[in-house]
Amino acid sequence: MQEVLGKPEGFVDNFVRKPGDYPKVTHYCPGCGHGRVHKLIAEAMADLEISDKTVLISPVGCTVFAYYYFDCGNIQSAHGRAPAVGTGVGRSNPGSITISYQGDGDLGAIGTAEIIHAANRGENMTVIFVNNGIYGMTGGQMAPTTLEGQVTTTTPTGRDIDEAGHPMRMSEMIATLEAPVFVERTAVTDTKNIMKTRKAIRKALKSQKDGYGFSFVEILSSCPIGWKMKPVAANQRITDEMVPYFPLKNFKDEIENRSPRPTKTVDPDPNKIIEVLGVDKDERLFKKDQSFIDNFKDQHVRIAGFGGQGVLLAGTTLGYLGMETGLNTTWLPSYGPEMRGGTANCHIVLSNKEVGSPLVEKASTLIAMNQPSLNEFGVTVKPGGLIVINSSTVEGKYTERDDVTCLYIPMNEIAESLGVMQAANMAALTAYLAYSKAFDVDMLTSLIKANFKKKTLIEKNVAVIQKTYEYVKENYLN
Amino acid sequence: MEEKTPRVEIIPEQCKGCELCVVECPQDVLFMSKKINQFGYMVAEYKGDGCTGCGFCFYACPEPGTITVYKKKRVKKEASA
Ligand SMILES: Cc1ncc(C[n+]2csc(CCOP(=O)(O)OP(=O)(O)O)c2C)c(N)n1
Ligand code: SF4
Ligand code: SF4
Ligand code: SF4
Repeated sequence: MQEVLGKPEGFVDNFVRKPGDYPKVTHYCPGCGHGRVHKLIAEAMADLEISDKTVLISPVGCTVFAYYYFDCGNIQSAHGRAPAVGTGVGRSNPGSITISYQGDGDLGAIGTAEIIHAANRGENMTVIFVNNGIYGMTGGQMAPTTLEGQVTTTTPTGRDIDEAGHPMRMSEMIATLEAPVFVERTAVTDTKNIMKTRKAIRKALKSQKDGYGFSFVEILSSCPIGWKMKPVAANQRITDEMVPYFPLKNFKDEIENRSPRPTKTVDPDPNKIIEVLGVDKDERLFKKDQSFIDNFKDQHVRIAGFGGQGVLLAGTTLGYLGMETGLNTTWLPSYGPEMRGGTANCHIVLSNKEVGSPLVEKASTLIAMNQPSLNEFGVTVKPGGLIVINSSTVEGKYTERDDVTCLYIPMNEIAESLGVMQAANMAALTAYLAYSKAFDVDMLTSLIKANFKKKTLIEKNVAVIQKTYEYVKENYLN
Repeated sequence: MEEKTPRVEIIPEQCKGCELCVVECPQDVLFMSKKINQFGYMVAEYKGDGCTGCGFCFYACPEPGTITVYKKKRVKKEASA
C-alpha cells in the first residue's frame, strides 16, 4: 500500500466548533508557528493512541481556541492557569494524559507561579510551551521572553533590560527542579528542527503515558503578524536572533534513570466532601422560615458600575442574604475577555427553586452605579422591572424606557455625608431592598454586623443603610 | 490502483499562501502560483513531477490538511530488523 502523509487523525475532520464558513482551515495567521506545533501534537496523539484519554488544556492567547481542532478532551483555562487546571484533571482522572498548551505570556508572565509549582510537584502532564517572544493575541506587546532591544507595541524603542529585566529562559529554570523528567527546547524553523520538535513531543507524551510525570517542551515559534514579518523571514529571525539567546538543547532526560510512578487512585466520597466543607450543617444567620422561602419571588439582579464602587461586594452581600435565609443563590462576576479595569458588573440570582443558569440576561432589577452601566444594561430590564439609579453620577432622568420603575438615589451624597464614600454600594442595595421588599432592610443590617470585621465600618454602613431607607420611604413609599 | 511515483497534493482552498512549504522542498518542485483563492491568498502549487515523497512540505505547512504527500510504495524489508 502507498504510504500517505496527510491530516493527522488527532485532529477532528471538520472543525465544527469553529464558527464561520471554513471548517477546514485554522483561525491562525498565515505561517503561524502554532499550526506547525498543532500538527505534531495531533500526529503524536494518534500514533501513541492516546486521543481518547487526553485532555488538552488550552490557555489564553491565540491558542485559546485550540479546542476547535484536536480530537480529544479540552478545558479552556483562565490566563496562566493551565497547569493548575491540569493538576486537577490529572489527579482526578488517574491514567489520563494531560497536555498544558501555553504561550510565553501565559506561562512566563501571568502564570509563572502555576507552572513552577506544577513542575515542582511533578504533576502528570506534558507542557507544550510555545515561545514566540510576544503577546500575539492582544496585538504584539512585550512578553517575558521578548529579546533585549526588540521592538513591540509596549517597547517602542526596544526592550530595555534595566527597566524590564532580561528575557526569561523558562526551560533552564524548570530543569533545575527535581521532579520534571524531561525538559527540552526546540524550534519549528526548518525541517531539521521540526523533526527534532516532533521527536521531543513524542518522547514527552510517551513518558507521561508510561507514568513518569512531568515533561516540558519549549518550542521557539514564529508570530509573523506580531513581529510584522513575512513567514519565511520570521523563521529566519528565530535562527538568527532567538536561538543564540535560547539555545536549542535537551536540559534534562531522566526517563532511563527513573521508574514510573505508581498511579494514585482517588476515590472521592461525596458525603465526605460535604462534611469537610461543612455544608451539611444547617447553620444560618437567619432562622429558617419556610413560608418566607415558599413565598419568595425570584430575583434576577444585575449590579453594574465602575471598578472601585463596590459593585462586586454589593453582589456578594445580596448573595449572602439569599444563602443565610436558605434560598438557592448564584453570584457571577462578569468581565470582558480582556480585563482592563474600568467597568465591573455582576449577576445575582436568588430563588426558592434550583437555579439553572447564573447569567442574568433579563434582569428583574438593575442597579446602575454610573451612566455607562445604565446605558448598557437599562435595555435588559424586564418590563415591569426596577432600575435603581445612582443620581450622584447619572444626570437627569432615564427616558429610554416607560415600562420600568426608576428610583433615583443620591448614593454618593448619602455615603459621603456619613463619612464612608465606599458605602455607596450599601445605599444602592438598601434602596433596592426597601422598594422591592425582597428582604427586610433589617436583615441587611444584621448581615453587615455579622460579616464585617471592623466595628467603625459596621457603624458607618449601618448609618448609610438607615439614611437610605429614610430617603426611599420619604420619596418613593407611602 | 496503486501509484508508483510519489506526489504531493495541495488543496488551494485551504492554503494561506505563507510560502513555508516552498522553501522547505529540497527538490524545488513547489512554487507560489498566481492563482488566488477565496480568501485572497496566492496559493502554493506542485510543478507536476519531481516529488520524492520526503514529506518535508507536509510538516512545514501550518495548516492541518492542506498538504497530503503520497509516498513511494514501502518495500517490506526481509525478515531482518
Ligand atoms: C486575566 C487576563 N489578563 C490579561 C488578558 C489579556 N491577554 C489575552 S492574551 C494575552 C497574552 C497572550 O500571549 P501569549 O501567552 O504569548 O500567547 P500568544 O497569543 O502569543 O500565542 C493577554 C495578556 C486576559 N485575557 N486575561
Ligand atoms: S498573532 Fe501571531 S501567534 Fe497569533 S495567530 Fe497570528 S501569527 Fe500566530
Ligand atoms: S514531499 Fe518532499 S519533494 Fe515532494 S513536494 Fe513535498 S517537500 Fe517537495
Ligand atoms: S505551507 Fe501550506 S498554507 Fe503555506 S503556502 Fe504551503 S500549502 Fe499554503
